Amino acid sequence: MIQQTFTIGSAILDFSYLLSAILFVIGLKMLSKPETARAGNLWAAAGMLLAMITTLLLHKDPQGSLIQFQNAMLVLLVIAAGTVVGWIIARKIHMTAMPQMVSFYNATGGAASGLVALMEYGNPDNSSLLVTLLGMTVGNIAFSGSMIAYGKLDGKIKDWFSPVMKYINLFLLLLTITLVVILMLPGIDQGTARILVYVLFFLALVYGILFVMPIGGADMPVVISLLNSLTGVAAAMAGFIYDNQAMILGGILVGAAGTILTILMCRAMNRSLLNVIVGAFGGETSGTAVGISGIMREITLSDAGILLNYSQKVVIVPGYGLAAAQAQHVCRELDRLLSDRGVDVRYAIHPGAGRMPGHMNVLLAEAHVPYEKLVEMEHINPDMVNVDVAVIIGANDVVNPAALNDPSGPIYGMPIIRAHEAKNIIVIKRGMGKGYAAIENQLFYNDKTRMLFGNAKDVLHKLVDELKTM
Amino acid sequence: MEPIFEFLFTYRYEIFIIVLASFLGIEVISHVPSVLHTPLMSGANAVSGVIIIGGIILLGHADLSRFSGELVFGMIAVFFATLNVAGGFVVTDRMLEMFRKKKQK
Repeated sequence: MIQQTFTIGSAILDFSYLLSAILFVIGLKMLSKPETARAGNLWAAAGMLLAMITTLLLHKDPQGSLIQFQNAMLVLLVIAAGTVVGWIIARKIHMTAMPQMVSFYNATGGAASGLVALMEYGNPDNSSLLVTLLGMTVGNIAFSGSMIAYGKLDGKIKDWFSPVMKYINLFLLLLTITLVVILMLPGIDQGTARILVYVLFFLALVYGILFVMPIGGADMPVVISLLNSLTGVAAAMAGFIYDNQAMILGGILVGAAGTILTILMCRAMNRSLLNVIVGAFGGETSGTAVGISGIMREITLSDAGILLNYSQKVVIVPGYGLAAAQAQHVCRELDRLLSDRGVDVRYAIHPGAGRMPGHMNVLLAEAHVPYEKLVEMEHINPDMVNVDVAVIIGANDVVNPAALNDPSGPIYGMPIIRAHEAKNIIVIKRGMGKGYAAIENQLFYNDKTRMLFGNAKDVLHKLVDELKTM
Repeated sequence: MEPIFEFLFTYRYEIFIIVLASFLGIEVISHVPSVLHTPLMSGANAVSGVIIIGGIILLGHADLSRFSGELVFGMIAVFFATLNVAGGFVVTDRMLEMFRKKKQK
């Protein structure tokens, strides 16, 4: 690390970092409770602002000189530009595009870590080689990986999988680690080392790309959460270079929090992290042992309207298809129409619904669905037998009974919303396709189930129009 | 064996911080309701933009009189990190704003 000597300014600076770190902790803590979440976000932002200001005013290089006026102006100029751009993008983006937005911002953070570490590698005052190399490598992997994840979620990049990828990726990972070790060896020639650092820099970028490339689009949330924690680790590594407590603590906090979130997401989808990364899902897994029997039955819009109109309890099960079709607003309209006629309408939220855990809650909140109407899976399931109609909009695997009764199926054991226990079931679905688990859904062939094929938004619009005439 | 112990000794405070901060991070997050997963992930993402401090230090001490890597990459790093910080906090606030609106109803 870069050594510091005592001055009053340095003392103030270091303790402002402590304060920032405390604000990060308080902010994250408050972010995990609904009542205090918004304030928590602001506290964390305040911590960041404090650390930025004190760094700009008080930071000294090893020679003891402060940041020069011109440099400070340049820094402020760049920050102003970044703030304007970041603010505008963040304000304009659609709520449905939230996952790729997070991925994009994660990429920029990773890139910044990679670049800072690369530059500090050449700094003779920097004596902590290992963290510098790790910061650069991890930052770059997070950058290129997040960009690929962004492209996939935005529909710009297609999945690209081949069985050899597994071995190529393993080889690249080993190569990366070997390079770090070689660079750590004492007495390595300086000229060679400089070249090898650049090789490592690009190798990490390539590894990031190839690491995310074979992972399916539906698994992207897990990957983003994982990459998010990597960015945190990269920032912490850079923090060790400067012996900067705010960076170390902030980075490690995000690293740990990201890891926990990744595990929580995997659990909601009944998948292991290894499974996601290696990508051995679907494809070769054999079909269900429990045979699919019966036929799919369609229902007309007017019949569906009548059924809903004369029900007492309706539960809407929204899924990925609702988010993809941006149908949350018209869904709320349907809910309002029915509620006005005395129908009890609630939403059953599966933790894996939408594109990220909790994403569905955000989307429905945007459409002004009252908080009390969103019921979590474990609370709605016991009441499912009393429900007159379960309306499944763009959800598939999260209502597949195979998770309960087919021990050989790939989703066996995954918690599901027990839509099949409702008295009637209406499924709004784009086509006959399967969910991302690529297995048939017995629910669609259930005697109580009626299908409404089409884009969720169009179908719901027509259904709303139909209801208005009644 | 000795170099390994020497390494552990040299970095003992850092290792303490990493281990304790990891526990803190896990403890702070582990009781979050699934409703808040997405905002929390977004907020944590904004906090990871703390690398901006590194960018400020790098660019702040860069030699402006000549064209150098510190100058160019420092500017890029500060710009990217600012995107991460500003964008991250604003997006998170936008999500949480909607949660509050419906509460008042």
